[in-house]
Amino acid sequence: MEEVDVEPSTTVTVDLYSLSCKHLGFEWGPGDLLVYETNYKLQGPRSASSPSVHVVRRDEDICSPILRKLFNESHLIFVGLQKIKEDVPSKNKKSQFVSISKNYRSVIRACMEELQQNAGKPSQYGDQVSILLAIELIWNLCEVLFIDAAPAGSLLLHLLDWVRLHKSDVDTRAREVLQSDSPAQHQSYWDVVISLVLQGRTDEARQVLSKQASLRAESSSVFKRMDVLLQNMPIFNPAGTQTLTEFDVKWRHWHEECDRCLQDNTFASNRHLETICKILVGDEDTLLEQRELLSTWYHFLVTRLLFTHPTIKPPDLHYYAQSSMNMFLGPRASPEPLDIILLSAFEFDLHQVIKDCSIALNNWWFVAHLTDLLDHCKLLQSHNLQCVSHIRSSYLSYMHVCVSLWQLAVDYFDHCPEFGRVYLELQIERVPLDTERKAIKVLRICEDRQMSEQVRSICKIMAKRALRNNRLGSALSWSIRAKDAAFATLISERFLQDYSNKGFFTDLDLLDNLGPAMLLSDRLTFLGKYREFHRLYGEKRFSEAARLLLSLMTAKIAPRSLWMTLLTDALPLLEQKEVIFSNIQEKDIIMFNIESTKTELLRLALARNLAMAIVKEGTIET
Amino acid sequence: MFVARSIAADHKDLIHDVSYDFHGRRMATCSSDQSIKVWDKGGNGEWTCTASWKTHSGSVWRVTWAHPEFGQVLASCSFDRTAIVWEEIVGESNDKQRGQSHWVKETTLVDSRTSVTDVKFAPKHMGLMLTTCSADGVVRIYEAPDVMNLSQWSLQHEISSKLSCSCISWNPSSSRAHAPMIAVGSDDSNVTYGGKVQIYEYNEVTRKYAKAETLMTVADAVHDIAFAPNLGRSFHVLAIATKDVRIFKLVPLQKDSSSSAPTKFEVQVLAQFDSHNSQVWRVSWNITSTLLASSGDDGCVRLWKANYMDNWKCTGILKGYGSQVSGQPGALSGVLGSATAQSALNGATGR
Repeated sequence: MEEVDVEPSTTVTVDLYSLSCKHLGFEWGPGDLLVYETNYKLQGPRSASSPSVHVVRRDEDICSPILRKLFNESHLIFVGLQKIKEDVPSKNKKSQFVSISKNYRSVIRACMEELQQNAGKPSQYGDQVSILLAIELIWNLCEVLFIDAAPAGSLLLHLLDWVRLHKSDVDTRAREVLQSDSPAQHQSYWDVVISLVLQGRTDEARQVLSKQASLRAESSSVFKRMDVLLQNMPIFNPAGTQTLTEFDVKWRHWHEECDRCLQDNTFASNRHLETICKILVGDEDTLLEQRELLSTWYHFLVTRLLFTHPTIKPPDLHYYAQSSMNMFLGPRASPEPLDIILLSAFEFDLHQVIKDCSIALNNWWFVAHLTDLLDHCKLLQSHNLQCVSHIRSSYLSYMHVCVSLWQLAVDYFDHCPEFGRVYLELQIERVPLDTERKAIKVLRICEDRQMSEQVRSICKIMAKRALRNNRLGSALSWSIRAKDAAFATLISERFLQDYSNKGFFTDLDLLDNLGPAMLLSDRLTFLGKYREFHRLYGEKRFSEAARLLLSLMTAKIAPRSLWMTLLTDALPLLEQKEVIFSNIQEKDIIMFNIESTKTELLRLALARNLAMAIVKEGTIET
Repeated sequence: MFVARSIAADHKDLIHDVSYDFHGRRMATCSSDQSIKVWDKGGNGEWTCTASWKTHSGSVWRVTWAHPEFGQVLASCSFDRTAIVWEEIVGESNDKQRGQSHWVKETTLVDSRTSVTDVKFAPKHMGLMLTTCSADGVVRIYEAPDVMNLSQWSLQHEISSKLSCSCISWNPSSSRAHAPMIAVGSDDSNVTYGGKVQIYEYNEVTRKYAKAETLMTVADAVHDIAFAPNLGRSFHVLAIATKDVRIFKLVPLQKDSSSSAPTKFEVQVLAQFDSHNSQVWRVSWNITSTLLASSGDDGCVRLWKANYMDNWKCTGILKGYGSQVSGQPGALSGVLGSATAQSALNGATGR
């Protein structure tokens, strides 16, 4: 089986303004490609009229609300599918998987219908609708053959449903004929009857035929004969008690009956009825003559099976498929990619189906979801998994195209065994952090998955941005969240500088509630404690404040630049009526400020307090 | 749908480089008109020019953004033999109202004696490091030891490749398994030295960069070079723009971490395309390295994609001449369906 080969069909031309620009420069953007006129060969300035720059979006419609709905709804189905537990017995699982498959298909159909309804002009979404139709066609067949895995008997019935679903013009025409004034005279009358027979819809065919019969009394016996044939056509009932063998016997009898009618020239008087009888007998030439009504080789295939081999077994399908395609297309026509994909499906070559779909259909959504479902059904062999990985990763980069889909993408990344994590790490960093709220959303996703480097990076970016805009409180909280000690130190210094300049602290809420985060860096600890000192002082809890101030001085975490300030802070405490500092504490202070004290006042205050302390201590002792 | 929207770039001469910032919300363009323009993307997707200023005294060849962890920082290089680091200063409130921002020159790197042909920041895990390459064949690696003070940069390494350099690319991998690695391309017409791509690797023991590999099979002038983003792979992928597009796979061979010798590589060619029919000038990877884009003498930009078996194919073409943008099949398109199938599809919709 030769591989499907597709030439690059997507070609875009952009306006060029300047003739001196021979080349196109480009730059990858998030979901688009920027191109600009340039000339790589010329060196030095040239006078060019203003060169043009274009932003080319590869898949703009992916962001359209209709398609977005497709993505959203299928995402829900996807997530639900992942939740199906491994330990559920496989018999129950099969019906679940079939149901999920049907859900996906109904989502596709809903999208198609919406596109058709919303098309401004008929051709607007024409191509997209065609693609969705093809996708649903392939998916449906895969569901019948692989997921539902219908056995002989049911197989044909499912295939008939499949064909009927994808050839709904029959119903339209039938309705048209039946609603006309004189159905039997309608020009499409016989086409409708034959189409219904081709689809095995014998009851409906009979209903339409009855319109004819009532008109021509003299030929009514012929019509009655046909009516009986059609009525007697056996249809296998999977839920019934009849076995396949019994059905087969019955069917053969009926088949012989039809054949006898042909031999007896029963329908010789009416060529249409004769044609129908030949169809019932499964005459290949007659079936091929109905090419226009059948319109596709796979319709031809299913019809052929219906009237020659209704008990077809899955493994035998491929022989009929190949020959049907050859017969129908004829020697000159060559199969299109869609035909090859369907043929691979009939041959039960799932691997080939997936491969060809990912090549021929530039649609990762379809391939990614279908292969995921097939994977859950345990239908993919291990050698397929590399292909599956590739598909998933392609889908994920495709999703990145539309920025608003990034949150959906996260769930897919989570279920991508090989590359998921790495891709998510790469992609999540690129989500623009437009607002604090968005940044927190992104952070939560990273934190939930222990992506510590991404957490750090995002927090750092936010901290830096806040700092640039002089929002110190915000910068500090982000640095703390980033666990970035160096940056926290830097911001703490800015806080302290601010305090020195203004005389008061900003962002009190933050500083008062640092908690253990304070320990991130020495400078931050100092800042927190220093603020606490001021708070205690404000609450007139002088002895606690004093103790804190002293510990700050002795712990050596105070920056040099602030020693003067600290001592100045100590001053009012020293002036208090009570001896706040005991002798020992005093000594500490003195040690501390030996290097830096310059003010007379301070020395005086210290001396006075020391004197008081000595007196007090002395008094107690005696 | 391929839709192109044009931006009135307003440069007075050829644009030589365009660079998106890390999040894709800002963009810088540089030109032979010696200026740089910075653009911001609004909520509606429209680009507005928020700064435009003269930067060099010669054509500006390349412009690049530092990682946003370091703030809003740009670097540019020029024919005037210098590379410059720029930082955006948060402006006065009336500046903000006018939608303008202000960029200041932090430092000018004047070590090169010839045109500086490329400038790139090293991967962020290495700190704030800037690399330049020049026509004089020297690759210079600078570091800003204090990221809060961008006016101080020190020249940490000078690598003399013997050929005139045209482009550099850092291996973006931050894996501890890979030492910092930089690829240098040369457009030197000298035929004595065969390989026009050299790969240098930092060695922890010697604390220096040493040549790890020369791609001898690349004998023609190299115009651009790009390491692919590393996705947890053990090997490296390098794309080269030369007389064709070439993609190399470099597989590191086992090495003793205490060794002072550079890593040895097994070099394989993953793909080679001459669809441009002539010189290829630029190559660049998308973020997930699933797509490579190239630009050539044929005036086209081509997109390349690999299937899971590492077979590369052209997946799209952008042409630059003449007519209006033609609307193409929709987002979900591809070539499919036989004529009969197509009509069946049409039939099913009742059309």
